[in-house]
Amino acid sequence: MPLALRVAQSLSEAAGILAADPRVTLLSGGTLVMRDVNEGRLTDGTLLRVTDPAWRQMQVSGSRIELGAAVTMAAILANRELAFLHAAARAVGGPAIRNMATIGGNLFAGTPYGDFAVALLALDAQVMVLAGYGSARAVPLEEFLAGRARGESRLVAGIQFNRPVAPGDFRFLKVSRVKPKGLSVLSIAAHLPGSGSRIGQARVAYGAMAPLPFRARGVERALEGKALDAAGIAAARAAALEGVQPVTDAIASDWYRREVLPVHLGRLLAERG
Amino acid sequence: MAKVPVQFRLNGSDRAAFADPADNLLTVLRRGLNDFGPKYGCGQGTCGTCSVLIDGELRLACLTLAASCEGASIETVSGMADGPSLHPLQNAFMEHFAAQCGFCTPGMLTAAKALLDRNPNPGREDVIDAIAGNICRCTGYEPIIQAILAAARTLPAQRRS
Ligand SMILES: Cc1cc2nc3c(=O)[nH]c(=O)nc-3n(C[C@H](O)[C@H](O)[C@H](O)COP(=O)(O)OP(=O)(O)OC[C@H]3O[C@@H](n4cnc5c(N)ncnc54)[C@H](O)[C@@H]3O)c2cc1C
Ligand code: FES
Ligand code: FES
Repeated sequence: MPLALRVAQSLSEAAGILAADPRVTLLSGGTLVMRDVNEGRLTDGTLLRVTDPAWRQMQVSGSRIELGAAVTMAAILANRELAFLHAAARAVGGPAIRNMATIGGNLFAGTPYGDFAVALLALDAQVMVLAGYGSARAVPLEEFLAGRARGESRLVAGIQFNRPVAPGDFRFLKVSRVKPKGLSVLSIAAHLPGSGSRIGQARVAYGAMAPLPFRARGVERALEGKALDAAGIAAARAAALEGVQPVTDAIASDWYRREVLPVHLGRLLAERG
Repeated sequence: MAKVPVQFRLNGSDRAAFADPADNLLTVLRRGLNDFGPKYGCGQGTCGTCSVLIDGELRLACLTLAASCEGASIETVSGMADGPSLHPLQNAFMEHFAAQCGFCTPGMLTAAKALLDRNPNPGREDVIDAIAGNICRCTGYEPIIQAILAAARTLPAQRRS
C-alpha cells in the first residue's frame, strides 16, 4: 500500500486521527518527513496535513511568549520581538530550509539536528501537547523529550516560555565546520538571569552532546550565585562535561566533541551580554 | 492509490495535475508538467538545485508535498526570462562565468532572485547567506557571488534605494 494523505482542518481533529492510528505520520514543514518519503524509509501508512491557522500563530508582545508548533524558523527571524532567538533560528539549515522547517518539527529531529530545541530547553519551555480530542496539556520540554525517546507520538500544538528579562541573559552558539550552513559539532544555549551581576537559576542546554538535547545541570549548579568573571567561568568549564555522551559521526568524533565543548562554553559565557 | 488533483499558478499560468498523495512538488513539476527547469540533485534538501519560489518564498521542491501547493503561485527558473530577454541575473551569470556544468544554476538563480526581491542592495555577506543552501561542484562559488552582486547593480535605481 503506498502512502495515503489526509487533511485535518483543526488541531483537535488532527490529534484524534494521530491517536487512533499509529501508522499516521504528521507532516509539519516536511523537511524530515519528505526526505524519508523520497529515500524510501517511509513507504506506507498515511501522511497527515493540518491546515488550522492556530498552528502558525505567534503571541509575542508580552512577557509570556506563545508560538504555534508550525511557526517556521523564517517567521522567528522576521519578528523583532524575538531577536533573542534569532541566532538559534539562523542556525537551522539554509534560507529555503528555514522557510519550511518548523519549531515543532525541531523537537523531533535526531542529533546532530535539533538546534532550536536546545534554545527552547534553556528557556524552560513548556510544550502544549494534544493527546487526542480535548484540550492541550503543558509538558516541560525536558519531560517531553524523554517521552519522545520512548517513542510516544503526540501532537504538539504549541510552545510557551517566558521572555528573558534582559536580552544579554540569553545566549546561543552553534559550532559547525562549514559556514554559514553546516551540521552541528555541538550547540549550546544559556539562559543566565542576572548575568550583569550575580547569576540565579541558570539554564544551560547542549545539542549534539547526547542522543537528545539535554540540560547541563553541573554547569547550572556551578554558576549559581556567581558572576561571569574568570572564577565563575572557570567553575562552569570545570563542570562542562558532566553527563555528556556525544556520538561519533561524519562531523566529529566523540573525543573531539568532549575536547572542544569546555572551550566553547567558556567563550559563550565570556561574551559581553 | 487514488490520485489527488492539484492546481496552482506556475510562472503565471494556471496549471493542474494529478499527483500521487505523497508526491513531492519536484516530481509533479518535472514529470507531470514538463517543467524541467528545477533539477533533481539529491531529494534530501541538501543540494538546493530544486529550489523554487512558492508565493514568493524560497522553498525546496523535493521536500514540498505537491498536494500542499493547491492554490499557490509557483515560480521556477523556467519563468525567469521575459520572452527572449534574459533576467538581469541570467545575464550576469553568463558574463561572470557563474555556470560551468550548469546543474546548480536553476537553484542558484532562484535563491538569488529570492534575495534580490527582498533586498535589492545586498552586500557580499547577504549573498553568501542567500546561497548557503545551494551546492556547486564546479565554480568554487566566487563567480556566482560576483554575478549576483553585479546583477544587483544593474537593477533600476529606484529598486535599490
Ligand atoms: C538540508 C537540511 C539541513 C538541515 N539543517 C538543520 C540544522 O542545521 N539544524 C537543525 O536543527 N535541523 C536541521 N535540519 C532538520 C530539520 O529541517 C529541522 O529540524 C526542522 O525544524 C524539522 O521541522 P519540520 O517542520 O520540517 O519537520 P517535519 O519533517 O514536518 O516533521 C519531523 C518529525 O516531527 C514530527 N512532527 C513535526 N511537527 C510535529 C508536531 N507539531 N507535533 C507532533 N509531531 C510533529 C513529524 O511527524 C515527523 O516525525 C535540516 C534538514 C535538512 C533537510
Ligand atoms: S534535489 Fe532538492 S535539495 Fe537536492
Ligand atoms: S556549475 Fe556545476 S555544479 Fe555549479
